[in-house]
Amino acid sequence: MPEVQELVKGLADKYGRKRENLLHILQGIVEQERYLSDVALTEVARELDMSAAQVYGTATFYTFLDTEPRGKYVIRICRTITCDMKGKNQIIQAIEDALKIKLGETTQNRKFTLLETNCMGWCHEGPAMLINDQAYTNMTVDKAIEIITDYVKNK
Amino acid sequence: MTYNKLKRIDLIFHEDCECSQVLEKTFSKSNDEIINDILESGLKGRGGAGFPTGLKWKFTAEQPADERFVICNADEGEPGTFKDREILFRVPSKVFSGMAVCAKVIGAKTGYIYLRGEYRFLLPQLRKALDAFHRDIKDLLDFEILIQMGSGAYICGEESALFESMEGNRGEPRNKPPYPTVAGFKNKPTVINNVETLVYAFMICKHGPMAFRELGTADSRGSKVFSLSGDTPIPGIYELELGMSLDHFVEEFGDGDTKAVQVGGASGFCVPRKKFRETIIGFEGVPTGGSMKVFNSSRSMYNVLHNYLEFFEEESCGQCTPCRVGCQQLIKGIEAVKKGEKKGVYLDQLLKLSETMKLASKCGLGQSVANSFSSIVGNFREEMIY
Repeated sequence: MPEVQELVKGLADKYGRKRENLLHILQGIVEQERYLSDVALTEVARELDMSAAQVYGTATFYTFLDTEPRGKYVIRICRTITCDMKGKNQIIQAIEDALKIKLGETTQNRKFTLLETNCMGWCHEGPAMLINDQAYTNMTVDKAIEIITDYVKNK
Repeated sequence: MTYNKLKRIDLIFHEDCECSQVLEKTFSKSNDEIINDILESGLKGRGGAGFPTGLKWKFTAEQPADERFVICNADEGEPGTFKDREILFRVPSKVFSGMAVCAKVIGAKTGYIYLRGEYRFLLPQLRKALDAFHRDIKDLLDFEILIQMGSGAYICGEESALFESMEGNRGEPRNKPPYPTVAGFKNKPTVINNVETLVYAFMICKHGPMAFRELGTADSRGSKVFSLSGDTPIPGIYELELGMSLDHFVEEFGDGDTKAVQVGGASGFCVPRKKFRETIIGFEGVPTGGSMKVFNSSRSMYNVLHNYLEFFEEESCGQCTPCRVGCQQLIKGIEAVKKGEKKGVYLDQLLKLSETMKLASKCGLGQSVANSFSSIVGNFREEMIY
């Protein structure tokens, strides 16, 4: 896949080819591709001259460096206590119904992935949700449906 | 027992000061004078552990090395804490200025802000503020701040795990000693401070050590930013003088039916209603990195504990056995008691396990699971069983 090769090379040129640049490069790939494919990981290993196992080992440590295919928009719902108390389960249910997927799954058109995540630092405005980098707070079922519908139609 | 009345303070978020003027004034002092000011103020780290900030700076400055670093720990991951996000959002230049003072004192040319991945949306405005800051100080100090993003790992808030992550590795904590003041990032002497600590250090430079020292108690000088959430009509960020009793706190912020307060997040302590009066918020009582979660009578403390344990089980880096296996067994254990598969006395065995984790785990994560476990099980035992 020459496209990924180009992306990895570009990122390595930008950040450098030392071990300390590894996370920058992996983050850069995820920003573009939403996940780290085997091809991308091997390519990084080749570009930085380290073993693929080391690259894979580092990547899999971090929750936001996914090694499974993800949709263009990754939806993460906070599952930690305050958001749980304020009804994150209803929000998840509403999004599951709207997108016709279960928690952890990706829509067939590879546009959305629905995940749970640990405390995102919005406990005073829970339930909270991230779509890629964008934070949404004080979620209600109606608000969730409105936001998702907007993404489905306009993005 | 002495405690302070609840008092709101307006230091940190008070209008953004002319940072470069304050820096200029500060830099006219010698490094020893600045360190003495910070020591005299009594400022202790605001991330939770509470190490005296002045000593950290002093040790790092005294460590022979060709290169030293200052790192701002913005990997705010403790459940219930969101003050650092607010500080970086509202008064970023005070954070940068605190880093600049530290850099001057220890002789660092480069500083890093390690920002948690969940706060990536702050990046564009932080970069903008940082560009302006670099322009403002270019004649004052040869110092550059870079931002490094995290990627969703609670453990990277632990300082040595954070260094590992910055070096491109799995975020697994290192053995200590050596401490960061001796061998931190790239094995160079490193000051790593919480976002809030750096701002207070800078405010001490601005207003003088006595203004800070006058607030708080003998063990807990100054004020602190609290993140309030849970069953309260007014959740949010509050800067309060340290050393108040929890009773006063609940009176001000509770919903009138507060059953327990989790002080210090998942790794902190759960204080039940009957102990509110005797509990002081500060290093002499129950310390907190800022997280205050209020629970009312409608909440099941079993659910709270279960949620915390799930959090720890997932966030444990897996490097050492007591923490990795301990977290799993604690969850299994309380589930078995709840289902009636194990008798209530089994909780005592689990308490012993949590004590073992406290003794044997490598870093603060595994060591502090026992805090919430023993305080919740100890105070709400019947809720764990029935």
